[in-house]
Amino acid sequence: MLGKLSWEAIPFNEPLPLISMGVVVVVILVVLAIVTVKGGWPYVWREWLTSVDHKRIGVMYMFLGFIMLLRGFSDAIMMRTQQALAVGNAQGYLPPEHYDQIFSAHGTIMIFFVAMPLVIGLMNFAVPLQLGVRDVAFPVLNSISFWLTAAGAFLINVSLVVGNFARTGWMGYPPLSELPFSPDVGVDYYLWSLQISGIGTLLTGVNFVTTILKLRAPGMTYFRMPVFCWTALAANLLIVAAFPILTATFVMLLLDRYLDMHFFTNNAGGNQMMYVNLFWAWGHPEVYILILPAFGVFSEVVATFSGKGLFSYRSMVLATLGICVLSFMVWLHHFFTMGAGADVNAFFGVMSAIIAVPTGVKVFNWLFTMFRGRIVFSTPMLFAIGFIVTFVIGGLTGVLLAVPPVDFVLHNSVFLVAHFHNVIIGGVVFGALAGYNYWFPKAFGFTLDERLGKASFWCWLVGFYLAFMPLYLLGMMGMTRRLQHIADPGWQPLLLVAEFGAIVIFCGILCQIAQLYVSIRTRERRRDLTGDPWNGRTLEWSTPSPPPAYNFAVLPRVETIDAFWEMKRTEASPVEATGESIEMPRNSPTGFITAFFAVITGFALIWHIWWMAILGFLAAAVTILVFGWSDDRQREISGSEIAQAERAQSRLGRPAWRQQ
Amino acid sequence: MAAAITGAVPAELAGGQGAGPAPTRIVVAYGFWIFIISDIVMFSGLFAAYAVLSGNTAGGPTGPELFNLRNVFIETLCLLLSSYTCGLGALSAEWRRPGRFLIFAALTFVLGAAFLAIEFSEFARMVSEGAGPSRSAFLSAFFTLVGMHGTHVTIGLLWLIYVVAQVVAKGLRPAVLRRLLCFSLFWHALDIIWIGVMTLVYLMGD
Amino acid sequence: MDVDNRPPHGRTPGVEEYESGAGLLSYTVGLALAILATIASFVVSQTNLLWPPGITVGLVVLAIAQIGVHLVFFLHLGSGPDHTNNILALAFGVLIVFLVIAGSCWIIANLNANMMPIPPQ
Repeated sequence: MLGKLSWEAIPFNEPLPLISMGVVVVVILVVLAIVTVKGGWPYVWREWLTSVDHKRIGVMYMFLGFIMLLRGFSDAIMMRTQQALAVGNAQGYLPPEHYDQIFSAHGTIMIFFVAMPLVIGLMNFAVPLQLGVRDVAFPVLNSISFWLTAAGAFLINVSLVVGNFARTGWMGYPPLSELPFSPDVGVDYYLWSLQISGIGTLLTGVNFVTTILKLRAPGMTYFRMPVFCWTALAANLLIVAAFPILTATFVMLLLDRYLDMHFFTNNAGGNQMMYVNLFWAWGHPEVYILILPAFGVFSEVVATFSGKGLFSYRSMVLATLGICVLSFMVWLHHFFTMGAGADVNAFFGVMSAIIAVPTGVKVFNWLFTMFRGRIVFSTPMLFAIGFIVTFVIGGLTGVLLAVPPVDFVLHNSVFLVAHFHNVIIGGVVFGALAGYNYWFPKAFGFTLDERLGKASFWCWLVGFYLAFMPLYLLGMMGMTRRLQHIADPGWQPLLLVAEFGAIVIFCGILCQIAQLYVSIRTRERRRDLTGDPWNGRTLEWSTPSPPPAYNFAVLPRVETIDAFWEMKRTEASPVEATGESIEMPRNSPTGFITAFFAVITGFALIWHIWWMAILGFLAAAVTILVFGWSDDRQREISGSEIAQAERAQSRLGRPAWRQQ
Repeated sequence: MAAAITGAVPAELAGGQGAGPAPTRIVVAYGFWIFIISDIVMFSGLFAAYAVLSGNTAGGPTGPELFNLRNVFIETLCLLLSSYTCGLGALSAEWRRPGRFLIFAALTFVLGAAFLAIEFSEFARMVSEGAGPSRSAFLSAFFTLVGMHGTHVTIGLLWLIYVVAQVVAKGLRPAVLRRLLCFSLFWHALDIIWIGVMTLVYLMGD
Repeated sequence: MDVDNRPPHGRTPGVEEYESGAGLLSYTVGLALAILATIASFVVSQTNLLWPPGITVGLVVLAIAQIGVHLVFFLHLGSGPDHTNNILALAFGVLIVFLVIAGSCWIIANLNANMMPIPPQ
């Protein structure tokens, strides 16, 4: 009746996961209780759960990413602590079968449920505003994308308490991930969570490619788009081209596990190397999906806080597109040691070195943008400067690893771990934090506290270096990754430094939480009345903070790059609302309900509860079919309603640039 | 609509280069085109696995021993003709002839179902001969690649029923025509993928 | 967000009279060519009409040609400026497909060559 599920799935004899999940469940219940007591459910349902507004969806993605950062980081600090303690004769506190799940969950969560949501959240919020349009091409699909991602995140967290997670590392290599060696549900949690959220991500890719190519304000030709939109386009093209490969690969592994097929098994002709090959054919473009939008954020931030237009817009665009194409030609560098011949290794090694060039172009462009600018050292700008230094170091170690003979020594050592954390933290995380601080006032109508923002930056920066520079040294000394126990006591001092670094990063996270709390408490002091707190250059700053649901009463007419800067410079008179009504998409529960049934289906498939899986799938399908039948998806906002809203903004003196 | 992806609308209205947001039909058609590209990339992963594993027969039966090329030829013609009737159905819808549209939709369905019937019988035969997907990596790859295409065809047929239901219930209004356009794109793309399957799996396997 | 669903020049959506004949002709020619290409593929693979070592190349060429027929005659992919985005998307997709399939074949062949010989089972 219930497949493989039984009471034994809950780890009653393991205090650690039980207590941590207990705490989480209590917190969730408390939050739900508060909302209920305050009668907030109609508001939550109407304004957030069924919203198809890209701004709301963007905020929800960021929220998901930050919450999952807490989970992923707690995995990290548990690992660091174990490695700091379990040296020589000491055994630490985490047995191997737990430690393996923790490092697997850490990687999976950080990549798929922290970095991707943060980056996609920023793109969701900013791209339509920067393009001068009212929403993305397919708003309901956007909502479905978010909720499916959340569904995947939910399933992964369920694995903490019901059953266990994979012990294979975040990549899930066979034969370890095949049934004979992973007979329990762990790998199935991994596969189904990622397949479900993968559908969401793919739909995001389709949505944003279409939006950026087909929906822009009048006059906004390709070369008048903000650079963030170019990087968003490149990243979403990569999503469309790469995620299907992961889908196919996971389908094959699932078929091996569920239907006794032999794609990657040890027997009957399976080829495990094919999994590694296909996984990284997705995996390398994936890291560029993460970093390109971060590059875009920095382009916006550096230009804005240097008071200058971005240096060499065209070379920035070409470099972005170059990275987009080249990212599909380097993937073998993730498995140089798997046994390919010299010609194959050499080709991919050279291509990996070449792909550093367009990134170098970007770095120089940022530096030249800052040169002779009037630099404001705001929190986003600090993250940008920290990024430039840190990412260059990380990129250099990457080029080092791209040389096959060097990689033969350093592959799967903690040198590699240091490298990719170097570029992901220095690049993606700093980019997400910069974007978060930069666009927060636009989203919520007040800026974040600067002092705590700067404190969080310094903690993250110093913490990162303390936590990961020792790993470069340890890697060169021979320490491999994923060690649950350290045999060589000579490594302990460096591991203790790394542990200290993790604690400093934790302080950075605490500063961020404090920053949010304090900012909300003192928000009246930092209200963004003008809509343009940073003297920005792009169209999102021409709207009030927060913008109305329809973004622009009249779509702006664009004549140049940095359209808003031009509007301010020429003191252009704002286009008056015409009195015509606007059609905006209606809210829809489709996304939330589909994701609900996706969770049920996924859970049922993991535990082999076939009747539940079939019912869950049919219910999700019916939800989609019901949505697909409807024609009445728009609601009208009358011209008078818009005129009234515009007048109200005017009376408050917003946006200031219009009041001349 | 001429089943064209952009409907031969001038560039100023197609969202290209500074004309402002494109009309809904173009946005929807382009979005679906991008989705089709992603689906083709997904198939390429399965094609790659097949290419790499096709020699790994683990001492079991090989392609030439199992494939019935006469049936493959008939399947191919069924699918090709169904693409043709699909196109004619799209034209009928464009000319606002719902009756004709329904006839061509029915023909498309019958031909698609014939394709599936032949394929399913082939699969059943192979399994009964002990050449099921668990026998070897080659057979796993074969059944998955060809089966994934067959699954897409099945979804397409169900979708066709759904679209026909909308036409019957609501008539050939713009929203319904857009969905029909997406279905046509999907159906033609499936035939394109079948050309790959036919060539790489069946004809080259010999 | 249903921005201007009306086609230009006040025509009813999708009805382009001048194309009515052209539409039917396009599909019919496409069908004929596709059938020819299919038959040719079977003939090439089953007979010795083509020099045997060239059969693979011949099949690939015929497959690409037939895919082209589908794209042009069934999907009406042309060279006009309105189709540029679609062609670019397709080209990008084709590049990725090529890299994935050819790349995987090259890499795995290379890896297989360096594997220990499998003892008879």
